[in-house]
Amino acid sequence: MRAMLKGIAASDGIVCGQVYRLVEPDLTVKRHTITNLDDELNRFHQALEAAVSDIETIKTRATKNLGADSAQVFSAHIVMLQDPELIAAVEKLIRQEHLNAEAALATVAQRYEQSFKDLKGNAYMQERVTDLHDVIKRVTAHLLQVKLPDLALVNHPVIVVTHDLIPSDTVSVNPCYILGFVTDLGGRTSHSSILARSLNIPAVVGTQTATADMPEGSTVVVNGNQGQVLLDPSEAELTTVREQMQARIANQERLAKLQHTVTTSADGVGVTLAANIGTPQDIPNVLRNGAEAIGLMRTEFLYMDADHLPSEDQQFAAYKEVLAAMAPHPVVMRTLDIGGDKPLPYLQQKPEANPFMGARAIRRSLTHQEAFRSQLRALLRASAFGNLRIMFPMIATLDEFRQAKAIYDDERSKLTVKQVPMGTVKVGMMVEVPAAALLADRFAQEVDFMSIGTNDLIGYTMAADRTNQDVGYLYQPYHPAILRLVNRVIAAGHNAGIPVAMCGEMAGDPIAVPLLLGMGLDEFSMGAGSILKTRELIAKLNAKDLQSLVETALNSASTSQEVITMVQAAVPGLLK
Amino acid sequence: MEKREFHITAETGIHARPATLLVQSASKFNSEVSLQYQDKSVNLKSIMGVMSLGVGQNAEITITADGDDEADAMAAVAETLKKEGLSD
Repeated sequence: MRAMLKGIAASDGIVCGQVYRLVEPDLTVKRHTITNLDDELNRFHQALEAAVSDIETIKTRATKNLGADSAQVFSAHIVMLQDPELIAAVEKLIRQEHLNAEAALATVAQRYEQSFKDLKGNAYMQERVTDLHDVIKRVTAHLLQVKLPDLALVNHPVIVVTHDLIPSDTVSVNPCYILGFVTDLGGRTSHSSILARSLNIPAVVGTQTATADMPEGSTVVVNGNQGQVLLDPSEAELTTVREQMQARIANQERLAKLQHTVTTSADGVGVTLAANIGTPQDIPNVLRNGAEAIGLMRTEFLYMDADHLPSEDQQFAAYKEVLAAMAPHPVVMRTLDIGGDKPLPYLQQKPEANPFMGARAIRRSLTHQEAFRSQLRALLRASAFGNLRIMFPMIATLDEFRQAKAIYDDERSKLTVKQVPMGTVKVGMMVEVPAAALLADRFAQEVDFMSIGTNDLIGYTMAADRTNQDVGYLYQPYHPAILRLVNRVIAAGHNAGIPVAMCGEMAGDPIAVPLLLGMGLDEFSMGAGSILKTRELIAKLNAKDLQSLVETALNSASTSQEVITMVQAAVPGLLK
Repeated sequence: MEKREFHITAETGIHARPATLLVQSASKFNSEVSLQYQDKSVNLKSIMGVMSLGVGQNAEITITADGDDEADAMAAVAETLKKEGLSD
């Protein structure tokens, strides 16, 4: 039987390449008595040096990708490995107890771990146990002479196979060397999938057994269109895939010609195609893909990659960088969306039974105003350098918007008094809570713009956690219930004379795009990798004709599948 | 011997980043530099020692430097505490 692994198609494209396993090796340490003390001490010091050298490499790559500030954590790791007390304690165990180096190191690490854990009521320091594990692991791997994988150490093109990609795995990655991703866990909206799409790299996620079935260095084919991984491709199959890879490159070259063109439908309706980004480092990729705006900048990266709240100046520098790079195009910055699936160790948040329905985003900002105000000041100061729009996330009630807006006005007038230069700023809301979508006509009277956040809107409307694979089938962007909500928001915005954008995955989805164009959506904001093909698709569509498709889908479709069938009948040749 | 007391004002206490910088600045000197908090005293050149104290906001700490360059060591450490916004 052919060995084929099935998973979720997370990012389009087909590639073949060699497997690089980002999987933790067995680092079990056995205790034994050693006889040659000097040899053992040497071995220990060599392993320390090798580990420091690894971390230096990772730090260099992270500095390049993320800036010196975010790479700071690696300096802490290096200082840990040079700790004179730690080194002396290990040496003592080797000398006096004749313990082997890895066992001596494990014993000392265990003592420190305990002292960190004993810091009751200091959750932040308890979290530092993770840093300790990280560095000890690296030295132990060198002592045991096993490879400890790290994307920063990859120096040739590979297919990355891992259990689940976490943000910290990817901070130091060099995108040139990553041909594709295959993971055990995750769905279309998990971190690895979003990353793969933004980098335009084929990915298959949620295979369950990738790390068990895919040996290091083996040649595989990753089919991100169909969510399949071929484990033992024949020569003929590899030839076919290489041809497809060529075709893909040709396709990308054709699309690249659209980079500097405007987005217009066949009947002359102009819309804006924007990009969703997470860090200033995403800008070159965004410009390469011809974005006409940033429709969503998540500001969490400043908070997630640090071990303390970022200062106002740090934030100002990052926001200014993005605004200046995109000027005169608008940039929508979403204020802090922390809580839910994104807890921050240093904020000591209370554990919640339902974090997705808990004190996240604007809810937390309104009760923890210091961080919120500092972010608004940084944004306002940066507004002098570009075209800024501020968006509040998770707004459920008008009162929340009014409170947030009042805080914004307050900070703005304080800066005005100090004669700080500021640009014109539009203040709007993200529509992702069904209650806000239903009441969009009232909100539209008070906000400057609305942007529909479909990932959460779908999650809350279908009452399904998008990260839970068991209910992943409920993530249905074309479900008539979702379409009705989206249409309602767009209509409400237009009645009030304000623009409506969409900043979820749905905005770049080829089945959804004809519907959204027919509904009159003004701005489509998506992963940068989808922009050019959406521009090509819209150029073929007739916005006026699509209005009747929208009517039918809204009024007579009962299921997601019916909507798909309708769209495919109205727009022949659509992929999906 | 140099000895000085500091009041930690930073909300996060001595967290990883300033701890790293404190250790780096203390390590530049020959003097023995130590950090005392409550009833415990640790080597300020040892990050594990510093972090294991879990010095939080409003903590009163004592730093001592003992050696041929003790005055410079103390000045450097005080400067780092100030620059990182840990203490006034």
